[in-house]
Amino acid sequence: MDEALKVELGRQGVFATSLQELYNWGRRSSLWPLNFGLACCAIEMIATTMARYDLARFGAEVFRPSPRQADLMIVAGTITKKMAPQVVRLYNQMPEPKYVISMGACAISGGPFKQGYNVLKGIDRYIPVDIYIPGCPPRPEALIEGFMALQRKIDAQQLTGENRPRHLNAAEPSEFIVPKFGAHDLEPTQNPAIWHAPQLVNITLAPDETK
Amino acid sequence: MSTLTLDPIAAKASLLKKDGGQLLEVSMGPQHPSTHGVFRMDVVLDGENVVKLKPIFGYLHRNHEKIAEDETYLGSMPYTDRLDYFCSITNNWAYALAVESLAGIEVPERAQYIRVITAELTRLQNHASLVGFLMQDMGASGTPLMYAFREREKILDLFESLTGARMMCNYMRFGGCRVDLPTGWLDQAKKVVAAFPKFLDEFENLLVSNEILMARTQGVGIIPAELIVNAGITGPLLRASGVNYDLRKVDKYGIYDRFTFRVPLGDHGDVYDRYMIRILEMRESVKILEQAMRDIPEGPFTDPKTKVRNFRPKPGEAYGRIEAPKGELGFYLISDGSPNPYRYRVRPPSLINLTVLEEMCLNRNIADVVIILGSVDIVMGEVDR
Repeated sequence: MDEALKVELGRQGVFATSLQELYNWGRRSSLWPLNFGLACCAIEMIATTMARYDLARFGAEVFRPSPRQADLMIVAGTITKKMAPQVVRLYNQMPEPKYVISMGACAISGGPFKQGYNVLKGIDRYIPVDIYIPGCPPRPEALIEGFMALQRKIDAQQLTGENRPRHLNAAEPSEFIVPKFGAHDLEPTQNPAIWHAPQLVNITLAPDETK
Repeated sequence: MSTLTLDPIAAKASLLKKDGGQLLEVSMGPQHPSTHGVFRMDVVLDGENVVKLKPIFGYLHRNHEKIAEDETYLGSMPYTDRLDYFCSITNNWAYALAVESLAGIEVPERAQYIRVITAELTRLQNHASLVGFLMQDMGASGTPLMYAFREREKILDLFESLTGARMMCNYMRFGGCRVDLPTGWLDQAKKVVAAFPKFLDEFENLLVSNEILMARTQGVGIIPAELIVNAGITGPLLRASGVNYDLRKVDKYGIYDRFTFRVPLGDHGDVYDRYMIRILEMRESVKILEQAMRDIPEGPFTDPKTKVRNFRPKPGEAYGRIEAPKGELGFYLISDGSPNPYRYRVRPPSLINLTVLEEMCLNRNIADVVIILGSVDIVMGEVDR
């Protein structure tokens, strides 16, 4: 639709929009996070919802304790191998459309505890992550920035076509494998459908032609 | 008796009562809004009453001790921040104290004062958020916690201008502190501390004689003084039962013998007393802070003779302990003369304070379990390490 016409109609009291814009606007303006803290980052997440940083300005003040009522999972903290199955199960219990913010170094890669025997090296091995927020812990401003990045991402989603999001594509899975605690490690150690180990590439420098 | 049971656990013979009724086994956690992190309780209920309660830990076991044994002494200082992530500075202090007694390092005067000031500020923000969370657990959703976090943010601002981080301060060093107080920091801190009693008055006006608060907390979760001593409980939980034991008075570590302050004691040992102890301790902390900020001398903020690189204490062992906001926090170190400790052990107050959880909760309602757990003041980073 022509932008100028839209503005002109607005002046005359007619609100014109497309279904896609309305749909995305509705979803991004009332993201309800899951009330779910894992470790240190959870305290910064709570601080973000409090009076000074006030996440409510972005429509996300309603932290739901039940995954059935939540749209957004903020994985805030270290995921241990004992906790990883529960995190994936909580994600599976959330209704579509659902989004994941991986908050802090531990949730991204294991962080400072990466060398430990009991720490999962990133939640993206089991569930798809939309936004990564680095930091140990990230400041509340960083969480808000990550949250706004998620809103921009939702705004850009197409309702139809090839690039439509996962929840509008019946072929895409909504639930993911819940790992089990095996003899030595979690089984499987990652979900091969969504995560691959980074490939090591040997870079050979091109021969210097000036010589 | 119906043979239809959805849960195989409920069909267990141990859950059948003599009169034909059934007990119910409920798993609270690890994802539960009241469990203060990833903590799980296996509760057996008779109607609403708790018959059995089994705490299950380990959902946040980050192998802190094992990592520290592979790190240099200084290298595990940032890891101590993440033990009790509300009070990183007191964790730093306890660890620094252990290493200092292991290596025989002296701490200069000014550094001692800075340590007391930052530690007491930590205590203020920890207790403020604890009472906020306790109210949240009780159903006063939002408002008290917002008031508490408003004050906490002011103190975090001070930490940030001093150390560069809001929560993970990593501030203490062996023989002193990492940086000196910036210009104007003390004036700013004096303002924050001077305004703090106003917040406490406001909080007390709203809550201390509140009927709902009294009905929910008085007579709930009582532990007798004998049991609490035998179980090794420390901190506000111990003092709420009327046992006069505060390491700041007993050990007089640092320079705590120079300040006049009192140790508040409870009478009944119930949740209400534990709540009041925190409020009174904050008032005493304000007194300590006022004295420390008045008397702080000029001078070096760290011992210049301490080696930073290639730090190898002589073989031996040491235990350093302080009165952290949650209780006695101790670090036990064994050195074999190498750059990293041979054994590194943390005595976490939260874990040991949790051991009497079942005794506190027996024959209470399931709703009381939530506030009793809230009054213990646990942080899972410290419980599981």
